[in-house]
Amino acid sequence: MLMDLSIVILVEMLYAVASLILVSAGLAVVFGMMKVINLAHGEFMMMGGYATITAVNLGANVFFAMLVIAPIVVGLIGLVVERLVIRHLYGRLVDTMLATWGLSLFFIGLATMIFGNTTTGISTPIPGFAIGNYQVNGYNFFIIVVSILLLGAMLTILKATRAGLIARGTMQRSDMAAALGYSPDRIYMATFFCGSALSGLAGAVLAPLVGLVPTSGGAYIAKAFITVIAGGPSLIAGLFSSASFFGVVNQVFTFAISPVIGEVALLVAAVVLLRLLPQGITGKFFRGKL
Amino acid sequence: MPGSLSKDFVTIIIVTALLIWVMPLLIATYTLTVLIVYGMLGLSLGLIWGFGGILCFGQAAFFGLGAYTYAIAAINIGESTIPMVLAVLVPAIFAALLGAMMFYGRLNDVYLGVITLVVTLILFKFINSTAGPQYVIGKARLGGFNGIPGFQTLNVPGNPDAYIWGDSYFYVCAVLLGVVFLLVTALLRSSFGRIAVGIRENEVRMSLMGYDVRARKTVMFAIGAAIAGLAGALFANWGEIVTPNLFSLGQSAEIIIWCIVGGLGTRLGPILGAAGLAYLKFMLGQQAVIDNTLIMGLILVLFVLFLPRGIVPALAGLWNVSFGRRPLGRIHQQRRLRKRERLNG
Repeated sequence: MLMDLSIVILVEMLYAVASLILVSAGLAVVFGMMKVINLAHGEFMMMGGYATITAVNLGANVFFAMLVIAPIVVGLIGLVVERLVIRHLYGRLVDTMLATWGLSLFFIGLATMIFGNTTTGISTPIPGFAIGNYQVNGYNFFIIVVSILLLGAMLTILKATRAGLIARGTMQRSDMAAALGYSPDRIYMATFFCGSALSGLAGAVLAPLVGLVPTSGGAYIAKAFITVIAGGPSLIAGLFSSASFFGVVNQVFTFAISPVIGEVALLVAAVVLLRLLPQGITGKFFRGKL
Repeated sequence: MPGSLSKDFVTIIIVTALLIWVMPLLIATYTLTVLIVYGMLGLSLGLIWGFGGILCFGQAAFFGLGAYTYAIAAINIGESTIPMVLAVLVPAIFAALLGAMMFYGRLNDVYLGVITLVVTLILFKFINSTAGPQYVIGKARLGGFNGIPGFQTLNVPGNPDAYIWGDSYFYVCAVLLGVVFLLVTALLRSSFGRIAVGIRENEVRMSLMGYDVRARKTVMFAIGAAIAGLAGALFANWGEIVTPNLFSLGQSAEIIIWCIVGGLGTRLGPILGAAGLAYLKFMLGQQAVIDNTLIMGLILVLFVLFLPRGIVPALAGLWNVSFGRRPLGRIHQQRRLRKRERLNG
């Protein structure tokens, strides 16, 4: 009995950490690498969700829609946004923040006009099962697996491939990269595409769990932000450590008191953490790791 | 700023009086009242962001806090004078504590934005979850997402049965905005205001000159919150209900858009931006072809890209180019002044 409960709590904690990683991965690339504060990140996720639902309604396989169609669609939207708006604002932190906030409102309005201000959703494609007396959502395991694969893939691409090396180099010294014959403009564009695609993927994978409305993005943006900022300068180590910290805090308070207090505890923990470690977790620990 | 304080005061009073007289002829006072309240809210962020250099993403938190403080206090006390005072004090104290935590922790820029955003979200989530009957302050139930309706609205001080509403409430709000504007003008002309602008320009230099930057920023932040709180209380009186939406991110976003569109670093810009955009939104709300949020977002993006300084500074620049005194004119003016001095002396 107690055994079952502890397994359930463990799974829930892993799930909380995994979904935080998923939610923040796209922002980690766009903000952590490119130093663009993308406040439209939540809306990119929302569009990923709508892309999935639309594709499924048109008859696509649900996993194909989530893992392939949604990232590509949102990535392309991100590409357009980068060319039209973000490109002019690199290096102007506050301006990117304001412009992307404008974009976020724009996309909310657009989604409201296209899909209406009603809740839509698809059912979870994986059935739940029981551990002892407790019912566990089978889809949670899928999210845990996806986020592990995602972290692995990001690590491999950034560390072991030439494209990752070029991208990291350009983010550090774009003039050097240009001198070596790479176009920083193109690389920024490609990186923003990847970041948007990751946001789209996250939104798509989480879509079956939530009722989707045009304003759904707002629920993710603050969480994604504090996870990335509290993570600090190292991309993947920071993402992993801060997601673990916040995920555990959230779940402990959720089980002890209530889900709302869990959310509030997460936010309070973020404020305290930023006050104590303004450079983020990896500004102090795991320095120099990727 | 050239010119003397008293001259400024006279100009402001005359312009305010004229506007109070003319505007009701153009727009219904009910709409106008809320435009004034938004103008005051815009001014509160315009002060701390445009002159103090503090980008607060959670100005709506203080607005909402003011409104909720007023509603809760009005239900418990049964008249409106003390609740109005509380609605200014509570957000100011809250902001002073929050600001002290941030500024003494040397957080700025992005971190400041994120923390104020997060605090707004915490308040929003908390208030939204207080639907149960156990959440009571005195006689007032917090009511969760339904908000608090049915509190005592503004009355003549000392006479709880003499309500101020309709046209007279409009005049009260308009005069209050004028008074706040005067106070802000006086503040910016004082040494405190000048030093605040100095901190905005170069924080390190001001601290090396011996000014306590952290304390000054905290005070500035609290003053902004006090104005936002007053706006919140006025809004509560206008709407006769307070809901958690006052704390929402959308509300915070709108305040920032007002400031950007109106023009940062001016006193008038945020007020005009707020009133103008709120009126635009009101007009757009009467059609259903294009979504409101979409247009607001588009306006913000276009302004950041093409007119990042805002309308008022752009117009002022245009005015100076077309009608302003040329440098030669200034020499003539100095000569004239010297001549007058000679005549007087």
